[in-house]
Amino acid sequence: MSSDGNKKQFWKRNAAKVPGSIQHVYGAQHPPFDPLLHANLIKAGNKPPPATPGKPKKATTFQEFESITSDAWDVGDDDDELLAMAAQNLNIEVVMETANKEKQRQDETSELDRREDDTQEEVAEDDEDNEEEEEEDRVEEGDATSPEVSFGSQSSPYTDGRLVKSHSEAPIGSPKGERAALHRQRSLPHRPPVIPLVARMADQNTSGTPAMTEREASRLDKFKQLLAGPNTDLDELRKLSWSGIPRQVRPIAWKLLSGYLPANAERRESVLQRKRQEYFGFIQQYYDSRNDEHHQDTYRQIHIDIPRTNPLIPLFQQASVQEIFERILFIWAIRHPASGYVQGINDLVTPFFVVFVFEYIEEEVENFDVSSLQEEALRNIEADSFWCMSKLLDGIQDNYTFAQPGIQKKVKALEELVSRIDESVHRHMQQYEVEYLQFAFRWMNNLLMRELPLRCTIRLWDTYQAEPEGFSHFHLYVCAAFLVRWRKEILEERDFQGLMILLQNLPTMHWGNEEVSVLLAEAYRLKFAFADAPNHYKR
Amino acid sequence: MGSDEAYNFVFKVVLIGESGVGKSNLLSRFTKNEFNHDSRTTIGVEFSTRTVQLNNFTIKAQIWDTAGLERYRAITSAYYRGAVGALLVYDITKHLTYESVERWLKELYEHADPHIVVMLVGNKSDLESERSVPTEEAKDFAEKKGLLFLETSALDSTNVEAAFTTVLAEIHKKVSSKEVVRGPMSAVTLNSPKAEDTEKKPCCKNI
Repeated sequence: MSSDGNKKQFWKRNAAKVPGSIQHVYGAQHPPFDPLLHANLIKAGNKPPPATPGKPKKATTFQEFESITSDAWDVGDDDDELLAMAAQNLNIEVVMETANKEKQRQDETSELDRREDDTQEEVAEDDEDNEEEEEEDRVEEGDATSPEVSFGSQSSPYTDGRLVKSHSEAPIGSPKGERAALHRQRSLPHRPPVIPLVARMADQNTSGTPAMTEREASRLDKFKQLLAGPNTDLDELRKLSWSGIPRQVRPIAWKLLSGYLPANAERRESVLQRKRQEYFGFIQQYYDSRNDEHHQDTYRQIHIDIPRTNPLIPLFQQASVQEIFERILFIWAIRHPASGYVQGINDLVTPFFVVFVFEYIEEEVENFDVSSLQEEALRNIEADSFWCMSKLLDGIQDNYTFAQPGIQKKVKALEELVSRIDESVHRHMQQYEVEYLQFAFRWMNNLLMRELPLRCTIRLWDTYQAEPEGFSHFHLYVCAAFLVRWRKEILEERDFQGLMILLQNLPTMHWGNEEVSVLLAEAYRLKFAFADAPNHYKR
Repeated sequence: MGSDEAYNFVFKVVLIGESGVGKSNLLSRFTKNEFNHDSRTTIGVEFSTRTVQLNNFTIKAQIWDTAGLERYRAITSAYYRGAVGALLVYDITKHLTYESVERWLKELYEHADPHIVVMLVGNKSDLESERSVPTEEAKDFAEKKGLLFLETSALDSTNVEAAFTTVLAEIHKKVSSKEVVRGPMSAVTLNSPKAEDTEKKPCCKNI
């Protein structure tokens, strides 16, 4: 139809970023106001067509009628059409920015609420999280046995001398509430006791949780459609996956995105069989050598690390699961002698394992008893985890080779990036002589897994696998966005000790999809801004 | 400086030793009076503080817990900088961890202040039945090398306080008797402030 063509023409012409151009905003009224059409009709001396459908106006000629009703569309077409146009012509940065701004606005209004909730929630979540992390939290709550001095009240790593007294007196939510929130005073929690590490109700569509929203259902459908075809369009899959993958299709999406599964559906079964056989061939070939002299150290290190990998999640205390991890890591280590096994690599198996177990169960995964799985299923999960983890590590191997040059480079790059995006934070670090290596080493070595709950890591990896060089390159921007996200808390710390303890114990225990999305949007914005920077950062 | 008002000194102390000997739990036992069966592997470095009274002085111990694995040593060498004390920890039930002590000492002296106060710590003394390193042997070795020595148990707290406070007291003795140069804000050093200065490359200005 003529004005349909007009409409399409209009959008395409506006593909270049021009300030003030009208961009389709997802969720805005349908159809979007078409100024070209509007202008034409005004020129023609007619009243403009209705902005929203269902308000027919009288037309004097058939032509006018036609131009008016060209806004009407066939049922089912418009949504896809508009989205298609939006996808084609809309700069994704603008979308992100819009989303970001909206989130920011929401954040600002709910931040105060959250801050107050934090103090209660964090105590409540003590059980669930890594106790080592929270140990730092508890410092101020009772150094009862220590012969330490106190000038008025107990010294706390969070405060400088001046604030010590007021801290201990300030109730939660008081004007000093902001600081108090971070200090996590002990108080009666009135939140539901525990947020599981792997699945927060709001994030995952497990049975027994509130039904999926329409939007979620529609996304799931899109994924299913995409995955149903004989040849999965990986580009499309990446685009969709960037904003998060519905739990039900995550296992297969991850396998496709990582390159483990071929896009061609017919070949999948045979490839899987072959790879799984290959892995178990390695086990037969190499695993017995773990007690040989030259492999002993490797195996011993792995063996003492596994129980310390996810100590708070019952799933990982099961012997069979620990053995799986040992095999995966040992085989990988001896097949990659340039790096061998490095502490931190053990963490990288976890998300794959958890996601692939999801494929076989409906309920939550943390307390799942793997002995209820069929042996073959467990073997498949093991082999698939091995291969996907290998692919991940292929892209970041210099993080783990001797002297870990990859990490050193990345930490340096992080520092330079932060110095440019947030001078205040950077100067603050310099002033108190905090070196980026002292906190960001772990961010790079463990891909932020130690700073975020597992469910957030899983969501993060949806995007990392959708991005080109997500784990190696995009991760840098995520780290920068992450650091700067805490600028307020950082700038409030006025000594080295306080800063270090803050940076090694950032309060993310309650984080879920929403927080990660905001983080990713910000990281994307940064990447976009610096994408044309000299290869400085990409070295 | 706000922090200086609260204490007289800040001493940086590092925990070193093989992976799994109990460094992290020694740290948590000393700084928080906690022992954690569920602690995770230490990645890079972790950091904690505690303030103690020594004579009439208030001393803030800034304690660095490092990962034990070989791979990290290239990174952790940066952490020795400014350390005035070290606890070199081994596991009394694992003789191998004791055998590496020489190697750790070597690395320590390569990267840290030559006047650094070092204590050899035999941890896990609660596991007496599984002991594989005789106390006397370790004690003699320590004496020969000019190291302090104690056996501790982070699990039942035995000697943990003593280990740290002894080291801090020794440091304080040295500090009071020498000319102390106030080094970086973060800690007192026994010699001249750090000589090296990471040269920061100028930012690209073409953006």
